[in-house]
Amino acid sequence: MSAGVVIIGGGQAGAEAASALRAQGYEKPILLIGDENQAPYQRPPLSKAYLMGTLDAERLPLRAESLYDKQHIELLLGQTVVDIAAPLQRIRLRSGSVLPYEHLILATGARNRLLQIKGSERALYLRTLPDADTIRERLASATSVAVIGGGFIGLEIAAAARKLGKQVCVIEAAPRLMARAVSPLLSDFFRDAHEKEGVEILLATGIEEIEDAAIRFTDGSRRAAEVVLAGIGVVPNVELARAAGLAVGNGIAVDEFLITSDPNIFAIGDCAEFPCVFANARAGGRVRLESVQNAVDQAKCVARGIEGTPEPYRDPPWFWTDQYNYRFQMAGLSNGHDETIVRGDAASGKFTAFYFKDKRFIAADSVNRFADHIAARKILGSGTKLTPEQAGDEAFDLKRV
Amino acid sequence: MPKVTYIAHTGESQTIDVPAGYSVMEGAVRNGVDGIVAECGGACMCATCHVFVDEAFLAKLPPIGEEQEEMLNATAVARRPNSRLSCQIPAIAALDGLIVRMPERQT
Repeated sequence: MSAGVVIIGGGQAGAEAASALRAQGYEKPILLIGDENQAPYQRPPLSKAYLMGTLDAERLPLRAESLYDKQHIELLLGQTVVDIAAPLQRIRLRSGSVLPYEHLILATGARNRLLQIKGSERALYLRTLPDADTIRERLASATSVAVIGGGFIGLEIAAAARKLGKQVCVIEAAPRLMARAVSPLLSDFFRDAHEKEGVEILLATGIEEIEDAAIRFTDGSRRAAEVVLAGIGVVPNVELARAAGLAVGNGIAVDEFLITSDPNIFAIGDCAEFPCVFANARAGGRVRLESVQNAVDQAKCVARGIEGTPEPYRDPPWFWTDQYNYRFQMAGLSNGHDETIVRGDAASGKFTAFYFKDKRFIAADSVNRFADHIAARKILGSGTKLTPEQAGDEAFDLKRV
Repeated sequence: MPKVTYIAHTGESQTIDVPAGYSVMEGAVRNGVDGIVAECGGACMCATCHVFVDEAFLAKLPPIGEEQEEMLNATAVARRPNSRLSCQIPAIAALDGLIVRMPERQT
C-alpha cells in the first residue's frame, strides 16, 4: 500500500487540501496532522461573530467530523511533527512515531508575533479557538480594553469589543491603520469609522510599558486597560522546513506549482512564500499571504498537482474584513500603485478604490460595494483590461469587461 | 432537525438533517455535498454556494438582502428567479423538507 499524502497543519489550508484531493479522485491514504486538539475550524469568525457571542462554537468546524471518516481522511489531532527526513520521505512525531509519505504538504501556518516590551506578559493574543475563549471571558468582566496593533485583527477585535460596550483604545506604531495592506484612503476611512463609534485611535504611538490595568506610553501618558490585546502580525512557521533543508525566505519557498525545493514536498497557506503574478514585480514578485482565499485556492492547486493536471497557481488574491456595518473587501494587491480612481463616495460609506500601476489595473478595495468587488476579482482573474476611465465612470458596467 | 435535499446538476440527490439554525450551505459543506463550494465560509462573500430553490418553498424564504442581491448577480451560472445563496437560507422548521438544486458550476 502506498504511503499517500501526509499534511502537516490542521488549519483551513490543510483541511481543504485533504478535501480537494478526494474531490480530485485521489484514492491513496491521506493523513492530516494538527497540533491543536480541535478538528479543523474556521478562524475568521474568531475575531468577529464568535468574539461577540453571536456565533456558537459548534458552527466553527469546517467539516462534520463524520465526513473525515466517510472520505477516509485520517485526522491526527494534538500531535506535533518534530522532524522531516526528506530524502527518506518520512516524518517523525513528538511521540516518536515515524510515518512515511509519498507527498508531503506543509500547511504549518503562522504564529502571532509577540510584543517585546515591559509587561508584555499581560497581553492576550488571538489565533486559536482557546485564545478566543480566553479573550471572551476576560472581556466579559472588563470595562476598558487596549488593542495594540491597528491591523485587520486588531481593528476587528476593537469593533467587537466596542459593540460589547467596552471603552476601547487602539494603539498603532505606524502613522496610519492597516498600513501594510491598504492605501491611505482606506486607512483614513476606517480611522473615521472607528472614531465615530467611540474608539480612540492613537497612531504613531510608542508604548513604554503594559502596567497592571493601564498602558503607559513613551511620552509618559496613560490609558486605562484592564484587558490588553495584541495583534501585531505573525511569524510563519518555517522551522520544520528549514531544519529539513528546504529553501526558506519570508516563508517556505515554493515555485509556481507550490512545490518546495524538494520535489515531493509542497507548502500552502500562511506559511508559503510563492511567486505571485499579482504582486509588485519591483519588490521581487514573491509574497506570503494570510487569507482564507489563499489557503483554499492553494490547497486546490496542490490537489491538482498531486492528482490531476498540474497548473501554476494564478488565483487573484482577495480578502475581507468586517468592522461595524462596513464590509471591506479587497481584490488583488495594491502595493506599488501609482493611480487611484474612486467609484462612489467615501462619505456615503459605499465606495471602491481602483488601483492602477502604469495604467494597468492591479487591485480594488471596496467598502459595502459587493458587486464591484466580485467584478474586480473576475477582471483580475481573467487578465482583461480595465482602464482608469472605465473604473471611474459609474455608468460603465464592470461586468461587461 | 430540518431535512434538506440537495440535488446535483447530474440528478444525484442527498438528503441531510441540518441542525436548526445552521445555513443550508453549512449543511452541505460540513457533510461533503459536492456542488456547493462556499469559498468564503458563509460570509456572503463569494457567490459559490448558489442554489435553485424548489418553487414550493420560495414563499417561505427570508427576503433577499442587499448584499445577497448583488452577489446573486455575480454567480458563475446565470441567476434565475429562484436563485439564492445557500449561506443565506437558515435551516428552520418552516423549511423542513426543503429541496435545492445545484448549478453545474460555482466558479
